[in-house]
Amino acid sequence: MSEVTTLDMPRLEAQATEKTVLGFWAYLMTDCVLFASLFAVYAVLHGNTFGGPGGRELFKLPYVLIETMALLTSSFTCGLAMVAAQKRDRSQVLLWLGITFLLGLTFLGLELSEFHKMAIEGNSWRRSGFLSSYFTLVGTHGLHITFGLIWMAVTSVFMMKRGLTEGTLKRLTLLSLFWHFLDIVWIFIFTIVYLFGGVGI
Amino acid sequence: MSPKVSEHNAHPLSLGRYIVGFLGSITLTLTAYVLVTHGGTSRGVLMGVLAVLAVIQFVVQMVFFLHVGDERKPRWKLLIMWMMLGVILILVGGSIWIMNNLNYRMMDSPQQIQKYLKSQDDL
Repeated sequence: MSEVTTLDMPRLEAQATEKTVLGFWAYLMTDCVLFASLFAVYAVLHGNTFGGPGGRELFKLPYVLIETMALLTSSFTCGLAMVAAQKRDRSQVLLWLGITFLLGLTFLGLELSEFHKMAIEGNSWRRSGFLSSYFTLVGTHGLHITFGLIWMAVTSVFMMKRGLTEGTLKRLTLLSLFWHFLDIVWIFIFTIVYLFGGVGI
Repeated sequence: MSPKVSEHNAHPLSLGRYIVGFLGSITLTLTAYVLVTHGGTSRGVLMGVLAVLAVIQFVVQMVFFLHVGDERKPRWKLLIMWMMLGVILILVGGSIWIMNNLNYRMMDSPQQIQKYLKSQDDL
């Protein structure tokens, strides 16, 4: 950036943001490949229950639907935060980001309590190949959500301290991409793991 | 109303598009859920319908939440996305194909071997 300081700054800053967004997009797409590998593992191993319970016995679909709705709504409120950021309305951005955070936290809490319940019933990742692949796939998504929540908290603090600067707006833009991306991954987890599992495939 | 946040996009972010995406996603999720809980169709058909609903929701969220296809030319984001979809297709499709074929050839469980031998004896 040092050689360009005397030039047209706003335009160059916008270009730099554009490049950062493109780079982050490339990261998201490679993250997709990570999830695709875990989906492939799940697809191969989901029948190997080793005499243990399958998806049909383990998954409670109404519970998973609530999880799904929480995450979907949080993706929407994250979009509302971006619309507010475009209007340079800091209190609205913080409000929507707060709601997004709480919904994300609800999702994570529901998921962890589901994991906990399965584990104490003796159906942890050690039970069968099916459960190993299930916990790896869904757990990796949960880990992403956890990092997203930490990122969201940090961005909110930055925004409270520094206001809506170019830097915080850039962070917010990347965070919203990340958050929407995680919701898109969840569509496939919901369909392939839970709904297919509920049908008994 | 400065559109700086989305200068790389052709349109500024709009509330309406997020609402359309949200309502669309909710409808698709609930449809898939109801089909599974109240479904009377065969498993194969149901599986196909669920997969189609998931792909539609993927497109809806990519367009209305991630604004794919909104950027000005050259469309690098779109190009990277197609590349990713190609890699995923090869990775997932190839893995499932190879592993199923391997399972078939290996006859991994004793029950399967017994069943196979029995069918051979009958001949």
